[in-house]
Amino acid sequence: MINILEVNETNKMITQENLDVRTITLGISLLDCADDRLEELNRKIYDKITRAAERLVSTGEEIEKEYGIPIVNKRISITPVSLVGGAACSGPEDFVTVAHTLDRAAKEVGVNFLGGYSALVSKGMTRADENLIRSIPQALSETSYVCSSVNVGSTKCGIDMDAVRLLGEIILDTANRTKEQDSLGCAKLVVFCNAPDDNPFMAGAFHGVTEGDAVINVGVSGPGVVKHALAQVRGADFETLCETIKKTAFKVTRVGQLVAQEASRRLGVPFGIVDLSLAPTPAIGDSVADILCEIGLEYAGAPGTTAALALLNDQVKKGGVMASSYVGGLSGAFIPVSEDQGMINAVLANALTLEKLEAMTCVCSVGLDMIAVPGDTKASTLSGIIADEMAIGMINQKTTAVRIIPVIGKGVGETVEFGGLLGYAPIMPVNPYSCEAFISRKGRIPAPIHSFKN
Amino acid sequence: MKKTIITVVGRDAVGIIARVCTYLAESQVNILDISQTIVQGYFNMMMIADAGKSPKSNVQIAEELDALGKEIGVVIRCQHEDIFNMMHRI
Repeated sequence: MINILEVNETNKMITQENLDVRTITLGISLLDCADDRLEELNRKIYDKITRAAERLVSTGEEIEKEYGIPIVNKRISITPVSLVGGAACSGPEDFVTVAHTLDRAAKEVGVNFLGGYSALVSKGMTRADENLIRSIPQALSETSYVCSSVNVGSTKCGIDMDAVRLLGEIILDTANRTKEQDSLGCAKLVVFCNAPDDNPFMAGAFHGVTEGDAVINVGVSGPGVVKHALAQVRGADFETLCETIKKTAFKVTRVGQLVAQEASRRLGVPFGIVDLSLAPTPAIGDSVADILCEIGLEYAGAPGTTAALALLNDQVKKGGVMASSYVGGLSGAFIPVSEDQGMINAVLANALTLEKLEAMTCVCSVGLDMIAVPGDTKASTLSGIIADEMAIGMINQKTTAVRIIPVIGKGVGETVEFGGLLGYAPIMPVNPYSCEAFISRKGRIPAPIHSFKN
Repeated sequence: MKKTIITVVGRDAVGIIARVCTYLAESQVNILDISQTIVQGYFNMMMIADAGKSPKSNVQIAEELDALGKEIGVVIRCQHEDIFNMMHRI
């Protein structure tokens, strides 16, 4: 029988340490919506999403109340739109109509984001892929709920440098078109290497083609819980430190597993995966950087940060894996700058630079996330930053991503405010030297030697 | 039978248990076990209850208990037992 101490422990995690389920994401396949008539395509997409996700938000709220656990977001991921819209969309403007349809559908069912305005181009771009990518700036500037991602590389295929070059320009264009809102559009665009098919987290979620018709994926959170647990073992040895993280991760993930099972049962949709991520929010005490400080760093970014993060990420996985029957998605610690007060503090204290963040992404999920840079950063420089991050993913056989925001009209030392879960960020300096000649080369970087496993 | 865990936390006062139990009786929720402590003047109670025969849904009971808590000046949470089972039992 459950005792009062256990009940209090759980409730303290929820009420004082920001334990929550970050997202229930319903993946919906739109492959059967493909049509060569644009209007028909839009109609089918709208109908399928609104039908499949009709009860998503109400079911999430029901679970929230019955178990007393906050479920912060209810979201939808869909089949990459470049695959679904290829036959009907003859140019970027046609794809923009699909973005508007997705926006209407998301609003109708009450989710806060819909991901999958995406293209998978790790080896090359089809005409549809390129049209979709070229439509991203307009699509993101004219919609509120739609999130976009482009997978430009993988360990198996190498890196599509033509897409990397194009995306530097696309990010800058998106920033320009949304400059009235501090270039917010770029916060809804992620560039990936080795993107997972079942990621529930935005902005990079899409419903991969390897998935079934519909699936429930759940992302847990809980940096505050880990930090609090570690505060109890200050000064202890590494074994104790690791055991504490593992046990806490287990408990946090169990809640995610419960919510995933319940949502799956109530919606009659198969359970996909639980994503074991430590996902911070701008709320005080909900920070991954604070965990690094609790481990023993003055600020995130100090020497030792990469080792501490590697240890944290690994123990979270070890604890979480046994707690869930299926683990997937990104599964690791997130280190977004704007969404984590501890990371913001580290940048303000000049403890954390873009280069250190890049090193940190070698040992955790996912990548350079929610980083604000000066608005006059060149497209080729953005492409260079993307290429570096993609190379880390490709060589290390892991997911990496770039979500970078060149804030038009602002420079180093200024702050940008995105609001809500996206938080605020100090603008970080970028290495001023050019990589133009490198980025203007055509073609792709070949797959690495260790990808040839057959 | 799936059980419901009701917790009451707040500053100690006369009649907290009575008010909660009255509500539960009226809602046909059967109390199976009560444990209670007072830590630094704070009242801390946990009840294990069976709401299977109640005409009200779990969500409705949780909402009404939340409202009752606000009226008394304590925090009342009503949760399905599985969240605790999942977290503390393998």
